[in-house]
Amino acid sequence: MKKIAKENLPKLFAEVSAAMDLFTPVKMADVTNWGLWDDSRVADLDTLKTVKSPKDVFFPQCQTLYMVHHDDNGFEISPMKLTEKPFCVFGIRPCDVKALTVMDQVFLNQEPVDTFYKARREHAVLVSLACHKPAQTCFCKVFGTDAAAPDADVAMWKIDEFFYLEAQTEKGTAWLDQFADAFEDAEGAGDKIAKEQDSIRSIVESLPYTHLSLEGWGPGKVEEKFNDPHWKELSDACLACGTCTFVCPTCQCYDIKDFNTGHGIQRYRCWDSCMYSDFTLMAAANNRLTQMQRYRQRFMHKLVYFPENNNGLYMCVGCGRCVDKCPQALNIVKVIKTMGKENADV
Amino acid sequence: MQELINRAKELLADGTVVRVLGWKKGDLPYNPEPHIFTSAQELEKDFIYNGFCGANLSKYMIAATKLEGKTLVFLKPCDTFSFNQLIKEHQVNRDNAYIIGVGCKGKLDHRKFAAMGLGDIAEISGIELSDACDRIHVKTIYGEEKDIDYRDVMLERCFFCKTKEHQIFDEKLLDSKDTVAEGADRFEEVRKIEAMTPAERYAFFRSELSKCIRCNACRNVCPACNCRHCVFDNTKYDTAQKANADTFEENMFHIIRAFHVAGRCTDCGECSRVCPQNIPLHLFNRKFILDADDLYGEFQAGSDTTTPGPLTAYTLHDVEPAAGLERSRG
Repeated sequence: MKKIAKENLPKLFAEVSAAMDLFTPVKMADVTNWGLWDDSRVADLDTLKTVKSPKDVFFPQCQTLYMVHHDDNGFEISPMKLTEKPFCVFGIRPCDVKALTVMDQVFLNQEPVDTFYKARREHAVLVSLACHKPAQTCFCKVFGTDAAAPDADVAMWKIDEFFYLEAQTEKGTAWLDQFADAFEDAEGAGDKIAKEQDSIRSIVESLPYTHLSLEGWGPGKVEEKFNDPHWKELSDACLACGTCTFVCPTCQCYDIKDFNTGHGIQRYRCWDSCMYSDFTLMAAANNRLTQMQRYRQRFMHKLVYFPENNNGLYMCVGCGRCVDKCPQALNIVKVIKTMGKENADV
Repeated sequence: MQELINRAKELLADGTVVRVLGWKKGDLPYNPEPHIFTSAQELEKDFIYNGFCGANLSKYMIAATKLEGKTLVFLKPCDTFSFNQLIKEHQVNRDNAYIIGVGCKGKLDHRKFAAMGLGDIAEISGIELSDACDRIHVKTIYGEEKDIDYRDVMLERCFFCKTKEHQIFDEKLLDSKDTVAEGADRFEEVRKIEAMTPAERYAFFRSELSKCIRCNACRNVCPACNCRHCVFDNTKYDTAQKANADTFEENMFHIIRAFHVAGRCTDCGECSRVCPQNIPLHLFNRKFILDADDLYGEFQAGSDTTTPGPLTAYTLHDVEPAAGLERSRG
């Protein structure tokens, strides 16, 4: 167990960023998002939820795959380089760590493996911060995450003005060793950590969404849920914007596009949203023509299709960002409640 | 609020309307959602109207007035400007709308509660229209209790409310309460930005627009953005964009959108309300409004259904294009 005073973090960050890329929540123009730290930026580890999740660090919203250069001698295709050096993701929350295991199912655990994502995952050192004060819109426990016990290379707790860190993997031990000078020993802090964990867990128990029932969802519910009449009223107010999909740590659909550079093509991929009218547009037509169908797709994917195909693993981690951010206050919790067990009699 | 429910039930019962567009109670004290009610029972159970009902329901009427039978819609004073503008642009069918102009005393911004550390609201009082526009009592899930000023958590747009008079309605229910401070100037921020050096101005907009995630919430909520198929969604041309590939695109999407709604934007403020990254998008629109007022005379989009907008009407006294160039040279 190691510890570091909050006031010494900038010094640690300077050392880490000299050795490797350091990603952490940074506050800019009034909001906190993940960014590459440099000494002009101030890390914000107090904000519980970044607007966008750290998904960008592993699967950027916009990512060039390869460049095609065309000249008199013909074509030249240059794939973009894969990440080759380790980097650190500092302050990732337990739900967002869980989200990576969801994304792994899509990008790593089936063929073809996504080489860009794989390289990012392999080279990342995750330093995960327990949630001292979870929010009303948090429901990570529903999906099996313990906000008090981060499942990452290094687990971290903030108690008073100190951050306590414990390595949980070889990678984590090596990272703590690499920057050992920045930390103080904190043997015997176990009681403090246990007290903090008790506090977090008791808050989580009291949150309004913690006991949300998933009964009625999951594998085997395709027919029943697809034909549920509630989709229409649930989706009536949906603006068809992509806010929920873009702040979501597990939405992983993307589109591939070409940008004409004038002397060739830049082929890139960017996040897509099932809320958008051209999502799943094919040469012949689109199989989803109404917002009700698109809305249904998003939640069926998260709560039925994905668990059906991934041994019961849901494609939601309960981070609650969509609950906070939907412009019209629609969200997955309302869907789960309206069509799940809780409202079975309605 | 019960008056609204009772009247909606009457109009449903006597067949004047077949559906009611209003706000439905959320599952937290601060997240009501726009909803179409079709029965008295549903209205009684779920209808709500309080400080968190900021959503402008006008745009939903584009779809609702295409349905068979009349739709009752509750519009706040500022929402009626949008509705008028939609009539002017032939987007809604007035004959299929029954408008109840509902009073307003300014709407609340949950982000401001969160900034004060009061975002996790377990209980709240003082946010009904019948309450004085004064103190709000908040109790959080952490047991913290606080009395705060209504104005400290009010949406930015409500500080510059155009009027509490409905511009179009079939009937009105509940009285409004004033929210505008004496001497409030909605162009104050615009003037501050105008006074910046070009480099400062560029830096300001880059820092704000670099946050954009291209979720299109601003566009999709905007009543003036009523193209059936937006050029940015059109896969037939090179204009479709799902992500900002570079900083140029971050800037251009918002600037192009601001140009497109110029002269038609009523300054309803929904763009800034819905932005997940808190980009002050209304500043673009207000800049265009200020310029249009300056060049073509004062004009308020949506104050009626007939007056042509400054950029769609031609008069012999119109400003010459060169004037823009001269202005930009200072």
